[in-house]
Amino acid sequence: MKNIHIALLAASLPFVLQPSATIAGERTVTIKGSDTLVILNQRWAERYMTGHGGAVVQVTGGGSGTGIAALLAGSTDICASSRPMKEKERVALKAKTGQDPVEIAVAKDGIAVYLNIANPLNALTTDQVALVYRGKVTNWKDLGGPDQKIILYSRENNSGTYEFFKEHVLKKKDFTPFAQCLPGTASVANAVARDKRGIGFGGAAYAKGIKFAALQSDPLKAPILPDEKHILDGTYPVSRNLYYYLRVPPEGPIKDFIDFALSPEGQAIVVKVGFYPIQGKAK
Amino acid sequence: MTQKKMSERVIEGLIHASAAIAILGLVLIFVFIGKEAVPLFTSPEARAEASLSKMFLAQVPEPGEPPTHMWQPVSEVPKYSFWPLIIGTLKVTFVALAFAFPLALGAAIFTSEFAPPWLKEVVKPVIELLAGIPSVVLGFFALLVMATTVQDLFGLDYRLNTINAGIALGLAVIPIVFTVAEDALTAVPQSYRQGSVALGATPWQTARRVVFPAAFPGIFAAGILGFGRAIGETMIVLMASGNQAIPSWHLGYGFRSLSATVASELGEVVAGSPHYHVLFFIGVLLFVFTFLINLAGQIWVGRFRKKLTGEQ
Repeated sequence: MKNIHIALLAASLPFVLQPSATIAGERTVTIKGSDTLVILNQRWAERYMTGHGGAVVQVTGGGSGTGIAALLAGSTDICASSRPMKEKERVALKAKTGQDPVEIAVAKDGIAVYLNIANPLNALTTDQVALVYRGKVTNWKDLGGPDQKIILYSRENNSGTYEFFKEHVLKKKDFTPFAQCLPGTASVANAVARDKRGIGFGGAAYAKGIKFAALQSDPLKAPILPDEKHILDGTYPVSRNLYYYLRVPPEGPIKDFIDFALSPEGQAIVVKVGFYPIQGKAK
Repeated sequence: MTQKKMSERVIEGLIHASAAIAILGLVLIFVFIGKEAVPLFTSPEARAEASLSKMFLAQVPEPGEPPTHMWQPVSEVPKYSFWPLIIGTLKVTFVALAFAFPLALGAAIFTSEFAPPWLKEVVKPVIELLAGIPSVVLGFFALLVMATTVQDLFGLDYRLNTINAGIALGLAVIPIVFTVAEDALTAVPQSYRQGSVALGATPWQTARRVVFPAAFPGIFAAGILGFGRAIGETMIVLMASGNQAIPSWHLGYGFRSLSATVASELGEVVAGSPHYHVLFFIGVLLFVFTFLINLAGQIWVGRFRKKLTGEQ
């Protein structure tokens, strides 16, 4: 419970990490963007800074879109994003810098559908999830559960998770306005944990007080849980890469930090935080 | 002699300048917000996506469905109906006032008419201390602690509902209503009370029939100022409302307020897009609302002061 509160605070309030001693002349690396990636970025930054005396890495959340806007404005070195950059955003960046933005996949994540532990259902098809979030199915009874209203929890429309879910699960259709929009994945998980009739979605990394629904991309296939094996081999229907975006190819301290994040040590932190390593080998 | 005049002039000038800067700031803010909203009416691209009729008339969300009022700016076909936001803002404001106004007024009557001086010295600062609680703390409290209790108490479908957010918002409104109402009651001349008591009225009769009517304009103004505070408050509703953009007056559902919409969407929006201009237009609406309401409140207070002090 306490952990949920801390995670909620961490995810909903943009915050800055800074060591007490800053050595003059050392360049600060700033990372801004996805709330999904905030905790991972923070762990990487902490470990990197202890290994590199005097190095400073600042981590801020705010949402993938916020990070991309900051990259466009030149106010951050690295943009963390939980969705691939849109064509429009690539074009806007290229117009500013004269070259294509650099995309680096840093971790893998599955989007899990959250159910309350007391919910008798364990598996859903992706079509059912889409109908629920479009407001076409409003009672658990229609999915084979008890005769209870479905209470929907969603993310705010500035979140990469929201857009990813809309594109890959809802097939670009609109969310029902009855879905409650909460700031941060941890808030959604927390809300579902407190609501027997609730359903939510978010990274498979936040798992306290809730269970993940096993998903079937079509009713004939076996339902698949968002666990490491199925996210890494791509059989879980809703998984994604998490990215770093840069204006220009990294060099100096920025390259150093990204190399660390992609190193076996960095990817071990990925697993600890609850995401999956990008190469699918580091452990 | 002349030197003293000089220094006085400088100080006077500085004081004038600081007042002018405050007003200039206000005007500049309004000009800036207004400027960013104007392309909504001038740019053909913005007008095609978010014209006034799309903001205020029901639209067909998908072919074959009945027309509705929808707020869904991130979509294949963005939808910008203002009604869910306006209805949401008004309904939580009314709940907040219905909760806060009677409590604050009761407390004000108690402290000004019935409380012994030592108790007044305790109650007044404590209530006014409520105003010092950051709204993010009230919001967090409503989100994590109050919501479940309120849901169980009223047997509601949603944890984050209008009653829950309204009560939290009411906590932010109470100190404002209390302070202004208490001032209004205290400002009623002592001679009114003495006259009433001399005629044989009890303290309660005095408070109800003499002091309350005399202070009524001030109490009304207290309500207006509380309304203005509630309508613009952002953090509490952002956290405790559930942010459902539904055009429904149902108090058991959540809502999405104008201010929370700006707060949560402006960080992401592409500068210069129709969505961006729409958010600034919401800002203009909020600014005009609160400005008019506060102005009306201030005018009422001013009139009432004049009336009591006998100025013309």
